Amino acid sequence: MLAWAVVRPFGWPEAVMAVPAAGVAVATGAISLDHARAEAERLGPVVGFLAAVLVLAHFCDVEGLFQACGAWTARWAGGRPVRLLTAVFALASAITAVLSLDATIVLLTPVVFATAARTGVRPKPHVYACTHLSNTASLLLPVSNLTNLLAFAASGLSFTRFAALMALPWLVAIGAEYVVFRRFFARDLAAAAPSRSAGEPPALPLFALVTVGCTLAGFVVTSTFGIDPAWAAFAGALVLAGRALVRRRATPLSVVRAAAPAFLAFVLALGIVVRAVVDNGLASALGHVLPGGGSLPALLGVAALAAVLANMINNLPAVLVLLPLAAPAGPGSVLAVLLGVNIGPNLTYAGSLATLLWRRIVHQHEHGVDLKEFTRLGLIAVPASLVPAVVALWGALQVL
Amino acid sequence: MRVIAWLVEGTWPACVDAVRTHAPDASEVVLLHVSGPEVPGVAHGAFAGLLGRGHPERDPGDLLEDLGGASAAELLDAAAERLERPCTRLERTGRAEREVVAAAGDADLLVLARDGDRDRLGPRSLGPAVRFAVDHAPCPVLLVWPEAAPALTTLPPPPPAHPARPGHHGRPAPPRPPEPPVPLEPPRSQGPPRPPEPPEPPRPPEPPEPPR
Repeated sequence: MLAWAVVRPFGWPEAVMAVPAAGVAVATGAISLDHARAEAERLGPVVGFLAAVLVLAHFCDVEGLFQACGAWTARWAGGRPVRLLTAVFALASAITAVLSLDATIVLLTPVVFATAARTGVRPKPHVYACTHLSNTASLLLPVSNLTNLLAFAASGLSFTRFAALMALPWLVAIGAEYVVFRRFFARDLAAAAPSRSAGEPPALPLFALVTVGCTLAGFVVTSTFGIDPAWAAFAGALVLAGRALVRRRATPLSVVRAAAPAFLAFVLALGIVVRAVVDNGLASALGHVLPGGGSLPALLGVAALAAVLANMINNLPAVLVLLPLAAPAGPGSVLAVLLGVNIGPNLTYAGSLATLLWRRIVHQHEHGVDLKEFTRLGLIAVPASLVPAVVALWGALQVL
Repeated sequence: MRVIAWLVEGTWPACVDAVRTHAPDASEVVLLHVSGPEVPGVAHGAFAGLLGRGHPERDPGDLLEDLGGASAAELLDAAAERLERPCTRLERTGRAEREVVAAAGDADLLVLARDGDRDRLGPRSLGPAVRFAVDHAPCPVLLVWPEAAPALTTLPPPPPAHPARPGHHGRPAPPRPPEPPVPLEPPRSQGPPRPPEPPEPPRPPEPPEPPR
């Protein structure tokens, strides 16, 4: 039934499959109406928060923030591949943390590729870095990843405490990835290019930068006063979208499309379906396997289990399954689940075996992609970043 | 004479210069660039990992394929400019090493650059793709260093002489007599580069076995 929940929604568009699936789960009594309503109420604010961040990222792109970032890195790196990799790491980590992993994959990756190509550098390490960091660097803030938003709602932590606890694991994981990339792609990074022109200095998208900065500050302020930080994200999204509407760079329809309503419906439906599965026996089955307590070995075990589960199904259902089980053991356990489900997907090209198999079946874009190399990189990078990150989390839990 | 130069980001200028130096003026020059499927493929994969986002038109992999085509064309333009000779531009997509071997089918010379560890002389200076192309090329190959070649001093020391000598099969080798005083030279792997000399002076024939 879990496989059904994961594989069915892959068709296009996913919500069309997932929403009736949730309806079926309720209708057949797999989940009681009360539980379904509770799940929807729990996920509602999360989904709203997510919508706001998606809109924010979309209109940062409209304002030219990503193009400008590409131009800055090109000028700073000046055709030196190692410097460009360093810049891409910094940029992708910041963008993923603040504007979520969707922004890095959809909006930043093409910019990074174009930047590498324009400066005559081999794009491969840099594009791989974007995909890896969209996962690894999505640890810092609740807004960085939908998995974080779900866990944030379940953990009862404040926005600032979440960020404080995750700051050290975030840095450690990114540092580990950097070391792995420098060694793994040493040959590609040694191929220095004859420098072509780095292009015109970009116009500073000041408005977008200030709005994003204020939104970040808003997260801190709202959480200090006990208000839902989602309102800060709404305000930021509203400002940027409003400006685009006034300047006629957007229509109301494009704002709604940027919020991806089908995706939001899909998340709600997936939550209900997964809750039905958890209620019907998965909880007791996984409850035996999931170690409890906040000791270092227990945290490592939780993170490893989460990473494995995320690689089998996707990290979204994985986190929905594991959260109700980890939440009673305290925030440390919840954050360890997050480390596992966020860093783990780097092991599998396409994020999970389920996705990979599905894409193999429908023969999508798989002509000649070297899965061996990607998997080899993942096998080195995931343990190398996950284990130190869990240790760092354990340390942060002791100190803070 | 048909000369194919396989151009890769970062190392292509050396190939173009080699064509200028070594290909006869009348030869037909083909500049080849192969775009691999890995980079757009990784972007496709990352997007597929975003469960439930829909909007396949936002898949960054498609954009990367388009951008890749544009940047390949730019690279070939820059190479043609550097070549300063008439030439044909050839863009291919696929597994680089196989595309190169296929394209070299009707060539008289394939020019390519080492893509491995270029700090020292040796087999590691060829990465897997160039190794495959060199091993399978159906035509003569000109293999160039992208930068100045490493010094001869990076040559690994010769393997130790084999103790077993012809004529002694099956019997334990007798204790070796002390080496005759050879005109001594410092260990081969150190010291500044010496003037050219035969790379490996044949070992002096073993002195006749002392009678036992």
